[in-house]
Amino acid sequence: MDFSLFPRDLFAELDRLQRQMQQAFEFSPSIRGFARGGYPALNVASTPQSAEIYAFAPGLDPAQIHVQLERGVLSISGERGSDLPAGESTASVHVAERFTGRFHRVITLSDDLDAEQVRASYRDGVLHVSIQRQQAAQPRRIQVN
Amino acid sequence: MEQSANIVREPQAAEQPALVPPVDVIEDESGITLYADLPGVPRDGLDVHIDGEVLVIEGEMGLEMPKDMEATHVEVGLPRYRRVFTLSKELDPGRLQAEMKQGVLKLRIQKAERARPRRIEVSG
Repeated sequence: MDFSLFPRDLFAELDRLQRQMQQAFEFSPSIRGFARGGYPALNVASTPQSAEIYAFAPGLDPAQIHVQLERGVLSISGERGSDLPAGESTASVHVAERFTGRFHRVITLSDDLDAEQVRASYRDGVLHVSIQRQQAAQPRRIQVN
Repeated sequence: MEQSANIVREPQAAEQPALVPPVDVIEDESGITLYADLPGVPRDGLDVHIDGEVLVIEGEMGLEMPKDMEATHVEVGLPRYRRVFTLSKELDPGRLQAEMKQGVLKLRIQKAERARPRRIEVSG
């Protein structure tokens, strides 16, 4: 354990411990930083016919979300404004945990996807991107005679 | 959005593991505004209630997913959110307004009339 400035600050200790754990388990993350804790949070799943990506990106205007697919690399970017009061307001902010600003997340997917068959929808703050696999790559049952 | 404080809640429901949503809390002269990120929660999946002096925000996700799906990377691993705050006495639990828009909850809690700041005149 490292020396901490205020050893009795339990929360700082836990924070540091969590970072250490992350480094210990994810010792070689992808170069594009497929790391946890970013905005938006991502869930990726696959079916035999498609790849399904869920981006948990609340509070956006769907027209302002940029989704791009190029050679099996999906990129999701945009910007989220702040709900906090502007500079001259007399209101005081007690907690500010929500993400604001520009975001950009990139996921490397398998290369058997068909860039022409992509559907993206945004509902209840979740962006769902569904990409079909190329016909040739889909599993086919071979008849045995 | 009013609920009586003495509703007995099933203990099991409260003990289910849940995600802790990030929030912003802003106070002005007339009350407190709370924003919470609850992506995936539809309007009817949201449950905001006050239990005595405790504000409870709960949300159940309503995502539609293909049946034969196999997860390969998961950052959101639970289908519900829960966060609890203790309210202070000057807030009026009877005057609670909730608004849900694209996965963001906006909650407004008014201060009781007597608790609003008053400027005290200094004489002499």
